[in-house]
Amino acid sequence: MTLIWKALIHKNRDGRAGIQAASPRLSFLVSASYFKNLSRHRKGYIFWSLFGGEEEVSRLKEIRIHGRGGQGSVTAAELIAIAAFEDKRFSQAFPAFGVERRGAPVMAFVRIADKPIRIRSQVYEPDYVVVQDVSLLDVVNVASGLKPDGKIIINTDKPKDDLSLKTDAEVITIDATKIAMETLGRPIVNTIMLGAFCKATKEVSLESINKAISERFKGDLGKKNLLAIKTAYERVA
Amino acid sequence: MMKVVEGSYAVAHAAMCCSPDVVSAYPITPQTHIVEHLSQMVADGELDAEFLTVDSEFSALSVLVGASAMGARCYSSTTSQGLALMYEVLYNVSGLRMPVVMTVANRALGAPLNIWNDQQDSVGARDVGWLQLYVENVQEAVDTTPQAYKIAEDMGILTPIMVCMDGFILTHVYEPVELLDKEKVAGFLPAFKPEYVLDPANPKTIGAFADPSTYTEFRYLQFDAQQKALAKIEAVAKEFQETFGRTFGGLIDTYQAEDAEIVLVTMGSVIGTIKDAIDEMRAEGIKVGLVKVRSYRPFPVQALRKALKDAGVIAVIEKDVSIGNEAGLVTDLKAAFYNSKIRTPIIGFTAGLGGRDITVKDIRKITEKASAARKGIESEFEFLDLRTEILP
Repeated sequence: MTLIWKALIHKNRDGRAGIQAASPRLSFLVSASYFKNLSRHRKGYIFWSLFGGEEEVSRLKEIRIHGRGGQGSVTAAELIAIAAFEDKRFSQAFPAFGVERRGAPVMAFVRIADKPIRIRSQVYEPDYVVVQDVSLLDVVNVASGLKPDGKIIINTDKPKDDLSLKTDAEVITIDATKIAMETLGRPIVNTIMLGAFCKATKEVSLESINKAISERFKGDLGKKNLLAIKTAYERVA
Repeated sequence: MMKVVEGSYAVAHAAMCCSPDVVSAYPITPQTHIVEHLSQMVADGELDAEFLTVDSEFSALSVLVGASAMGARCYSSTTSQGLALMYEVLYNVSGLRMPVVMTVANRALGAPLNIWNDQQDSVGARDVGWLQLYVENVQEAVDTTPQAYKIAEDMGILTPIMVCMDGFILTHVYEPVELLDKEKVAGFLPAFKPEYVLDPANPKTIGAFADPSTYTEFRYLQFDAQQKALAKIEAVAKEFQETFGRTFGGLIDTYQAEDAEIVLVTMGSVIGTIKDAIDEMRAEGIKVGLVKVRSYRPFPVQALRKALKDAGVIAVIEKDVSIGNEAGLVTDLKAAFYNSKIRTPIIGFTAGLGGRDITVKDIRKITEKASAARKGIESEFEFLDLRTEILP
């Protein structure tokens, strides 16, 4: 029965519920006016339970980005959120609020889900971690709370076995600084790490990341960043 | 169309859609990007307004006293110490019955110096005569902005209003938001046409002296206007819903509260986390629900009595403390029930002070404590997650 309901119920992305009959034969099962007459919260509850609450929650993906002040960690988080939304999913990005100083360790968070995101707490058990600067490994426990089946993507020129990292999660390394020097001519790695994130996790599409980048960086800078992302995407296995 | 934008931008855009004539702000810390974006909109010709940057928050609001007296629609935004520095002018704006709308990005007050989120700033200003609406997400902050003007500018109310949104948590988040359409807002919110304005051709005094024979009546009229605002806030939320298809409640809102034995009462952005926690606990059979206080001033006594009459126990969660006696929301709620037939136990928690994170686990802990309080209250009020190990 749940399956039938699931087929019938379609949740619009603006959070309001709509109803789609899966086939004319089934449409008698659900009447729009029946739902209309329910209270807003009862409706929400029915949708929630029919939609398979558990399943939905498990599809929530949490990302933590570590960087140093000035490395564009917050911008990277924003761009992931924009790209995920472009992919027709819901997203939320926010910095770990602090007194930002250039060079100081900073964090930014992203959530991606298939339904509107309500939770506002920080991310403690991420599915993915992105580390923009390998020197942070000496000062921050970047793998803190990382799920064992998660992934951590680190900008480094060292092989991953040389990194002192305590995690059961998959470790992915990329020499983003080198790519940045090749493509941008400056050691700014945030967009390159996005290319690596995109390939390693498949949580956002390359097209959407490219679109988000093109809207943020215009002209020559935009073109260079697109090339940087493409290079990173290709270098991640 | 929905778009992923920063909370501050979304609110600036909403303020722009309300076509204010004058925007005045102190542009340096503590401030948010809200006025920065508005300044850009004025520079780009997107907003035809006088944008004034002044030397302090005291001046920022004082400028709006003058502008409002001339009949201008006024907007400002501030936070924490900035709101504190406005304190004297807050009373002048409300006492002069000027319908100024101000976004308060809720942040902690020093000392100790702290820049992070809590609601001490605006809850501490609950008695200054302004209406206060608290929002749970960026979309509600956007939608509440034109509603605020419509409520404030009602001729029977003429009272300034603070739209309170959690600093950082909502001002700095990027999330999908439906930005307002300026023309549609113009249809919803008619131009401001005040009855009394300063006009050299028709001189009058605004802000005259009131001696003991009339001062009480001025305060009574303000009090009465806030009572009238109770119905107006509901009506405007409803009208907004009819026009724009969205609502986040009028005076209050509820979530899973109908059959709830344990009801959590709160304001602001923690509501999102609470809703997730409620879903988790409901799946385990715990009958817990939420009553959101959207309007803190006026305090919706009747609406809260109605929404909470069947609760087995009530736990209030708030990001402020009334140093010397519990905290704002919990004392107001207890007072609202004292002369009613409701004898539900009420316990209060202050949480999230100075930016301390509130997690789903914290909400579960509060719910457990509330559940235990049904058998007898052990602690009427407490600081959640107090780090006793660092106390002297």
